[in-house]
Amino acid sequence: MSENMPVKPGRKVVVKLLGLVFGMFCFGFALVPLYDVICDITGLNGKTGGRYEMTGAPVVVQDRWVTLQFTTSNNAGMPWEFQPQVSSMKIRPGEVSETFFVATNPTDRAMTAQAVPSVAPFASARYLHKTECFCFQQQTLAAGESINMPLKFFIDKDIPKNVTKLTLSYTLFDLPEVASN
Amino acid sequence: MSAVIDVHDHGHHGPARGLMRWVLTTNHKDIGTMYLWFSFIMFLTGGAMAMIIRAELFEPGMQLIEPEFFNQMTTMHGLIMVFGAVMPAFVGLANWQVPLMIGAPDMALPRLNNLSFWILPFAFALLLSTLFMEAGAPNFGWTFYAPLSTTYAPSTVTFFIFGVHIMGASSIMGAINIIATILNMRAPGMTLMKMPLFVWTWLITAYLLIAVMPVLAGVVTMMLMDIHFGTSFFSAAGGGDPVLFQHVFWFFGHPEVYIMILPAFGIVSQIIPTFSRKKLFGYTSMVYATSSIAFLSFLVWAHHMFTVGMPLAGELFFMYSTMLIAVPTGVKVFNWVTTMFKGSLSFETPMLFSCAFVVLFTLGGFSGLMLAIAPVDFQYHDTYFVVAHFHYVLVPGAIFGIFAAVYYWLPKWCGHMYDETLAKLHFWLSFVGMNLAFFPMHFVGLAGMPRRIPDYALQFADFNQISSVGAFMFGATQWLFLYIVIKTIRGGKEATQEVWENPEGLEWTVPSPAPYHTFSTPPEVK
Amino acid sequence: MLLKSNPWVRCIVGMLLMFSNSAWAEWAVNLSPGATEISREVYDLHMIVFWISVWIGVVVFGVMFWSVFAHRKSKGAVASQFHESTVVELIWTAIPFAILVAMAIPATATLIKVYDSSEAKIDVKVTGYQWKWHYDYMNEKVSFFSNLQTSQDEIYNRAPKGENYLLEVDEPLVIPAKTKVRFLFTANDVIHSWWVPDLAVKRDAIPGFVNESWTYVDQPGTYRGQCAELCGKDHGFMPIVVVVKEQDDYQKWMKERQALASKERELKDKKFSKEQLMTRGEEAYAKNCAGCHNIDGTGIPPQFPALKGSQMAIADKAGHLDIVINGKPGTYMAAFGPQLSEVDLAAIITYERNAWGNNTGDVIQPIEIVKFKAGK
Repeated sequence: MSENMPVKPGRKVVVKLLGLVFGMFCFGFALVPLYDVICDITGLNGKTGGRYEMTGAPVVVQDRWVTLQFTTSNNAGMPWEFQPQVSSMKIRPGEVSETFFVATNPTDRAMTAQAVPSVAPFASARYLHKTECFCFQQQTLAAGESINMPLKFFIDKDIPKNVTKLTLSYTLFDLPEVASN
Repeated sequence: MSAVIDVHDHGHHGPARGLMRWVLTTNHKDIGTMYLWFSFIMFLTGGAMAMIIRAELFEPGMQLIEPEFFNQMTTMHGLIMVFGAVMPAFVGLANWQVPLMIGAPDMALPRLNNLSFWILPFAFALLLSTLFMEAGAPNFGWTFYAPLSTTYAPSTVTFFIFGVHIMGASSIMGAINIIATILNMRAPGMTLMKMPLFVWTWLITAYLLIAVMPVLAGVVTMMLMDIHFGTSFFSAAGGGDPVLFQHVFWFFGHPEVYIMILPAFGIVSQIIPTFSRKKLFGYTSMVYATSSIAFLSFLVWAHHMFTVGMPLAGELFFMYSTMLIAVPTGVKVFNWVTTMFKGSLSFETPMLFSCAFVVLFTLGGFSGLMLAIAPVDFQYHDTYFVVAHFHYVLVPGAIFGIFAAVYYWLPKWCGHMYDETLAKLHFWLSFVGMNLAFFPMHFVGLAGMPRRIPDYALQFADFNQISSVGAFMFGATQWLFLYIVIKTIRGGKEATQEVWENPEGLEWTVPSPAPYHTFSTPPEVK
Repeated sequence: MLLKSNPWVRCIVGMLLMFSNSAWAEWAVNLSPGATEISREVYDLHMIVFWISVWIGVVVFGVMFWSVFAHRKSKGAVASQFHESTVVELIWTAIPFAILVAMAIPATATLIKVYDSSEAKIDVKVTGYQWKWHYDYMNEKVSFFSNLQTSQDEIYNRAPKGENYLLEVDEPLVIPAKTKVRFLFTANDVIHSWWVPDLAVKRDAIPGFVNESWTYVDQPGTYRGQCAELCGKDHGFMPIVVVVKEQDDYQKWMKERQALASKERELKDKKFSKEQLMTRGEEAYAKNCAGCHNIDGTGIPPQFPALKGSQMAIADKAGHLDIVINGKPGTYMAAFGPQLSEVDLAAIITYERNAWGNNTGDVIQPIEIVKFKAGK
């Protein structure tokens, strides 16, 4: 029977549908960069952007203060001691500030780590601009070594009025594959 | 082809004999039968896992199994029921009924049809084999959230990923076949707006499948790459994001929910008019409502993720779009009820299942509406209230829809009437068992019992015990279903060509049982 | 009482009384109105949507059941022929839409309130671990783990179950009443979800990210909850207990905790007797290790190896210290170094090397842990 089927007109539909299948498979992967773009615009996941390129000195808002709180965590299997130098800062939007985070590798082997930033509330992430951050690259510490890691940043002057406090969190992840190379 | 050749053909072109008939068949009826049997075996397998879960939850404390194995059971139960039982059953029904209902001699791509069925057993063999491996079966829930399913997964996750790839390929091939059949092989005169609703809902379902199964394939591929090739799509350490997993998964997952219910909408829309002896009310609005549900299903995915901490605007958008789905769903329910209104009703088993479908699916819809309200969802999310909700839409929704369809069309398939008394017993035991199992879950969920826990606090004990008793009852009843079907195949009262009283549709114009080849000459539709 | 004794009687009575509010409270079949303004608003929303659903159900099923009884073929009903009406379709599209809009308005208002965490007095960072919670009072420099307190004996039915079975912890989160407390959620390993129904707070704790929420509890009391996101084997065994105290009591408690924290730091340099370490070790082992390795050290092979008689626990001391402190990547064995005090680590290792016939006689002092952590 099947040989006598009117397959001909069906072929066009099948080709189109296969195209759709392929397209949707690619779309699944396209969601990854798309998601990053949407996150950048909306602060969907509280991730901060990469290095902020300054174009001239930012305008400082004189009559407003925002508290920026720092916190650190270690992900599973990460034995480093990792602390902010100060637990919070009161700053004016537009004012470029600097602070340090201290990391110590207490183990007897060299290790490489990646710090992952996150901001709460998520929606405020896009108003925090970092001009210099230790999270832009991986950090390698020898056994017993300690390091002072800088963070330079400012808060955008357009940050919504109702935001008075931000929390910037860094989570330290162990990168065992990198260390062994 | 000419009628002369046709007559000639009938002599030689019956089914081949023996096992090879089933391995090599390209006949839509054979393949439909195999799909249905396969899904029933999977239904019993997934059901057995549910029985283990309910036995452990019969009372507080760990009695029978360890928490690790409990997680494997909840994961496998979900995967098998979704991908092994419900979806293949609908594809089986489509294989049998779509050509019969549009007056086509077979599916458009018969050999692809054979392939799309025969890769399924391999997919599930792969998945089920993990149960016998040292690392154990997947234990991260059927939603397999990263990083529990990547960095922290048992090594068998790779088997799971390939299993999902294969069953996804099978679904996609099935969907392509169904669309090609519906678009190209309708009998002359059967315009799209004359198609039976079962065909309509399957057409829309098939498009949903084609749109989202590749996304599922994509997401498991990303997992595979994260696990074995050092990428970090879902790991924060390498710049990825575990929440991205949830977005991509639910972009597949929500339309998937409708994939499991739309064909059942179609089935009920066939059955209710037949036993109301009255045309379906609002055919056109049914088609539009189904299409809008399918369209909206792409815009609501993040309502599964209200607690991940999206910004306010995101929460509001997904709350509103989810609530909106209630409108077309409501239209469908109103149409079914109005079809029954002032009809001339009789309650054979397909009608009983359909009536239960309308009532209980609507209950599931109500709890769905409650879940849509984001601030309240913070209380419901990941509790037994959610478990109750989706079992109310899937058991009396999808599963009852399938039962209704089998009773409705079984006489056409095998030429015998089923035993009405036993079938009614099957309905009532299923109905009572199912409600006993799932209704109390609303209560324990609201009272604060999280889902996917192997042991629970004492205040949830009574309702869990009732749930377990109901689940055992529902589970045991399905052996009766098996008995009824086998009994009907082996014999029973001869079915007439129409089977029911003046049913509408081309499938009732062929003899019972439907011959191996039907509509070799296309019928004329007025 | 008859009702107490028989679950079947309770069930039937419960179902009969389902729609009366008093019965709801007694049988715990509904959401709790909770202890905060937000939780009461959420409860009200829940009840509004519930009753709207009930009424829609009454109307729709009313029509349906009336047809089922009145329009039966067996009663001689003859089918009407109508099957279309655009007007009717439009009406039953518009009415539900209007009802939905009416529901969305209060829901939006509540959601906006939930999202306003500004001006909180206390910040608590909540970190989910497999399978316990860690609380860090960010401004007070006090932090501790909160473990399930229910014994393995209760769970495995070897001992009678207590009143708060599976909902009790060794160290509850303590917060003051009538104070806005802001929570920051994150996780150490997989995704967890922190949920206390009475506070109507449920937020996912995601590794690498911080999420926030807040609460303002009116009345002192004890509020219990559980992890709501599947997080592995012991997902069902990581409860949350929040003890809300009056302001003064809270201050007193906080002072005690701060004193305790500095005392712990001092203990680091002290020498303990073997008996002291064994006693402390047995307790700490039961809390932190027995979940996987069993109270008798037999483990659940292959994922959770036995400690009783293992080479690690009777010979390889450096390896033993390393695995307990740094964990073993790729397995369930977590790094306990950052989680437990040096004293507890020393006690656990001492205990594991001397219990269940592992009679090594080794005594590990806290200072050894400090040295090991610093790279010897």
